[in-house]
Amino acid sequence: MLDRITHAQHTIEEACQGLERQITIMEVCGTHTVAIFRSGIRSILPAQLKLLSGPGCPVCVTDQGYIDAVMQLADRDDCLIATYGDMIRVPGSDGSLETRASRGNVKVVLSSEDALQLARDNPGKTVVFIAVGFETTTPATAVVVKEAAGEGIQNFTILSGHKLVLPAMRALLGGMNDRVDGFLCPGHVSTIIGAGAFREIVENYRRPCVVAGFEPLQIIEGLAEICRQLAARKPELKSVYKAVVTEKGNTAAQRIIDECFEPVDGYWRGVGKIPQSTLALREKYRRFDAFRRFGLEDGPGREIRGCRCGEVLCGLIEPRDCPLFATGCTPSTPIGPCMVSSEGTCAAWFKYGRRK
Amino acid sequence: MCLAVPARIIELEGDKAIVDAMGNRWKAKTTLLPEAKLGDVVLVHAGFAIAPVDEEEAKKTWELFAEIENFENTPNKVSG
Ligand code: SF4
Repeated sequence: MLDRITHAQHTIEEACQGLERQITIMEVCGTHTVAIFRSGIRSILPAQLKLLSGPGCPVCVTDQGYIDAVMQLADRDDCLIATYGDMIRVPGSDGSLETRASRGNVKVVLSSEDALQLARDNPGKTVVFIAVGFETTTPATAVVVKEAAGEGIQNFTILSGHKLVLPAMRALLGGMNDRVDGFLCPGHVSTIIGAGAFREIVENYRRPCVVAGFEPLQIIEGLAEICRQLAARKPELKSVYKAVVTEKGNTAAQRIIDECFEPVDGYWRGVGKIPQSTLALREKYRRFDAFRRFGLEDGPGREIRGCRCGEVLCGLIEPRDCPLFATGCTPSTPIGPCMVSSEGTCAAWFKYGRRK
Repeated sequence: MCLAVPARIIELEGDKAIVDAMGNRWKAKTTLLPEAKLGDVVLVHAGFAIAPVDEEEAKKTWELFAEIENFENTPNKVSG
């Protein structure tokens, strides 16, 4: 293993020397961000190579307008909110789900199945499942929507904030942050969409895309592969996570997503509207749409004052460039979602950044 | 949040499974992986099996998790 690390390190150094400029690689996935910090990989990289975190933490990219819609529903006595634990502390314009949990109508669930079960067990309330996450998480929501439809369950709804990874990468390269030289592509999203999905980024934007898992060795070999391609000026699509990710991905999961959802324009925190980037329920399943049932809109929300999560998410600034970082904003007193989620860039920097 | 964990299917009835990772057991469904069989190691996310995983890879991940757990539980860890 040690010789593979040394070899990868050597490849990175050689490529950087040959390029004589700064190289910027973005890891799109929040789980990578944490793994990179935790393993101390940053400390063995040459100064010329900069790692940026991208818009890959679903909690962080969820727009304030969506969060405020969640809070509105949490304040209704006829609703029961079912949410993944990650969302519970995200601050809305007026408190978080956590501050409302004392009223008893906010439940943390580990899976979408548990949310549907809540609906079966509480016929007097309408369950709203806070459906956030990228392609890894979306099929789980689709399965229970179909299940609810099959069983004729009336008191189950979802508030879909499901997001797609590729439109965000396109938006970045299309102008938001085109300094990114290459992408470390998210391993678990790729199990669903398939490594092949990133080929368009390689072909249309000429950026190396390497799919990697979450072990340190894989990450560093992934980075080395990107550097090698940059030095050779030959961007390619590669996967170093072949044990899990296939070219085509999970077609059963893709089918069920497509059956239930259609892409619509959606709002991302700090980024604004990205075309065809968010999933909404198709007409056939609209009766499960909490936006529609409760007459809510997924519009842009008010930004939190002073929080620069938007720029952090696009890789335009590092958390320490935010004046609130580690002063007003810490994991125990978070101001923005990037500090709330354990996979948020600000939280990762706070926890591990100073160790380097 | 998109983290998925490899686990072995130790019980399977229809699409309802019990999975095991390093002695931790929980319920998961195989709806999205119809070909999954008893004894298979699969990647589980939010209560659903999403991909088959080979044994070697799973072992590496389990070892990594064990290491992280040890590390996170060390009282004198360096943290923020
Ligand atoms: S440090 Fe806090 S306030 Fe600043 S960008 Fe990060 S989450 Fe927002």
